[in-house]
Amino acid sequence: MPDGVMLLALLVATLRAAAPLVLAGTGELVAERSGVLNLGVEGMMLMGAVTGFAATVVTGTPWLGLLAAMAAGAAMAGVFAVLTLGLRANQVASGLALTIFGVGFSALFGAPYQSHPIPGLATVLFPDLSAAGPLVQQLLLIDPLVLLAVALPFLVQRFLARSRAGLVLRAVGESAEVAHAFGYKVLRIRLGATLFGGAMAGLGGAYLSLAYTPMWTENMVAGRGWIALALVVFSTWKPRALALGALLFGFVTIAGFQAEAWGIPVAPNLLATLPYLATVLVLVLISRDRVRLKLNAPAALGRPFHPAE
Amino acid sequence: MKDSSMLSRRSLLLAPAAAGLLAGRAEAAGPLKIAFVYVSPIGDAGWSFQHELGRRALDAALGAAVKTSFVENVEEGADAERVIRKLATDGNDLIFTTSFGYMNPTVKVAQQFPAKKFEHATGYKRATNLATYSARFYEGRYAAGVLAGRMSKTGVFGYVAAFPIPEVLQGINAFTLGARSVNPKATTKVVWTSSWFDPGKERAAADTLIAGGADVVTHHTDSTAVAQAAEEKGAFSIGYNSDQSKYGPKTCLTAVTHIWSEYYIARAQAAIAGTWKSGDVWGGVKQGMIRLAPYNAAVPDAVRKQVDDVLAGIAAGTVVPFAGAIKDQDGKPRVAAGAALADKEILEMKWFVEGVQGKI
Repeated sequence: MPDGVMLLALLVATLRAAAPLVLAGTGELVAERSGVLNLGVEGMMLMGAVTGFAATVVTGTPWLGLLAAMAAGAAMAGVFAVLTLGLRANQVASGLALTIFGVGFSALFGAPYQSHPIPGLATVLFPDLSAAGPLVQQLLLIDPLVLLAVALPFLVQRFLARSRAGLVLRAVGESAEVAHAFGYKVLRIRLGATLFGGAMAGLGGAYLSLAYTPMWTENMVAGRGWIALALVVFSTWKPRALALGALLFGFVTIAGFQAEAWGIPVAPNLLATLPYLATVLVLVLISRDRVRLKLNAPAALGRPFHPAE
Repeated sequence: MKDSSMLSRRSLLLAPAAAGLLAGRAEAAGPLKIAFVYVSPIGDAGWSFQHELGRRALDAALGAAVKTSFVENVEEGADAERVIRKLATDGNDLIFTTSFGYMNPTVKVAQQFPAKKFEHATGYKRATNLATYSARFYEGRYAAGVLAGRMSKTGVFGYVAAFPIPEVLQGINAFTLGARSVNPKATTKVVWTSSWFDPGKERAAADTLIAGGADVVTHHTDSTAVAQAAEEKGAFSIGYNSDQSKYGPKTCLTAVTHIWSEYYIARAQAAIAGTWKSGDVWGGVKQGMIRLAPYNAAVPDAVRKQVDDVLAGIAAGTVVPFAGAIKDQDGKPRVAAGAALADKEILEMKWFVEGVQGKI
């Protein structure tokens, strides 16, 4: 039967399952708010996961691994930016290509690292983790990246709503022409937002390979990049709603496992679909106001812009 | 209708002749070409990796007499058919397709190439040039259950499983029966991930089971996430497919592993000698297809001996995992004392034994 430690375990597991979705999703949200639709999240997460893992194996320091992962994600986003912002290629096609490239290249690049077991982030921080009591163990599993994932949506919300730079970024996403007319460097702002999105996707991927399941295996992100993308849309481009959606998704997944572990008889097929159903349902309910939905969707999303035209 | 009957008659006529021709050619014109199709990347542990170990052993054993190749990460379905046909047209004489979902593509290509030999793992459709083979994974699970039963303090086990299909259910049931043979009160909690490979989900499922009191966890999924979760939390784990001790140096007790090398070597030799025949092989501990990986240092000698004895008993036929009396999850008698499940009943298993907590 459920007791305090189990409920805490449920909470911690929810936070840990949601963290990569929040990190990658919030990054993509910022990019989309500037008008750039980058469908390459899955590919960028995989590149972040493999680069972070490789850098950790080589240097022995997970912090350098996290930095390398952010750099790798940003580099992938940089390629995307060159194609879509520089050469004005189609964003949807380029994003899909980025994901396909990321899946294949991370597998190729990561092949020599498949057999390196490394300690997880929580074990690096607290080497006696496995010997600690169950309560302390759960608390120690809330690592710095989870805390970042909790704080990030609030920081981004504040940036978008309250700061001048955030206002400019949103203006670029609403109408690049108007922002350009006011003298803002549209492409530079979009480049910055895209790179931020890539870095966050890389960090989300590295969370998987360094903290959540400390290993590298091919395609280990297993579709979380696509879920992060969907959360951006269903949250109607609002960071706090996105975090809520990610937590809900994580919670229903974990709660399903808990229900099975407690012996509550539920059909496994239903449990497998429930996280998706519940998340979509709740976020649709949140955003059922169509006027506000229209106001929130960046009007220039996916539309290329060239300052000379 | 007419086409299919003609095809089968033609293949019947051609198969023996072709086998003779091949044998002659193998001696005269160099090595027997053998190809393998894998469903996932090879990696360094897992289902496909075990088949790859078999291929490497085959290479080492027969040397210049064979020329082996493989294609990895081939999706089940239409793409598989293309790959298998390509391997057949490339002059491979013996083709192993190593995943259940390759069944229909293999059947189709085997019909089109009656002179080639095909072997499909874990399937049930055969032809004169298409054999099937599989392993009694559940025998290893039973022994692992005995080990878990002896090592557990709580008597609660966690089982992270992918899908409720007979192969998985056999494993869960055999594991539980093995554990209950040494601890009659043992229970196995089952959590489904609805995915063969998703390290994140497997990890979360293992975390949940450990938090729920399980002190030995095992899995029927393809990643090493369960062993790692157990190592981090200080719980024991039992791996599947491959030795995973690297991922749980202190806690991974053993692993139920599949050994295909002897089968592959024997089949290749038969093909070279011209004695290859279609059929179905369902090997287990006795045939060396199922083994336990080396025990962890944490396993005491007495327990090692007991588990080794169980394995020897299974090989000798004195220990039968699905021997009665067995009750199902609801307490309804399923197998009478003195009786045992027939192979067909094992292959079609759709129920849980007493002591399993979970829903199909």
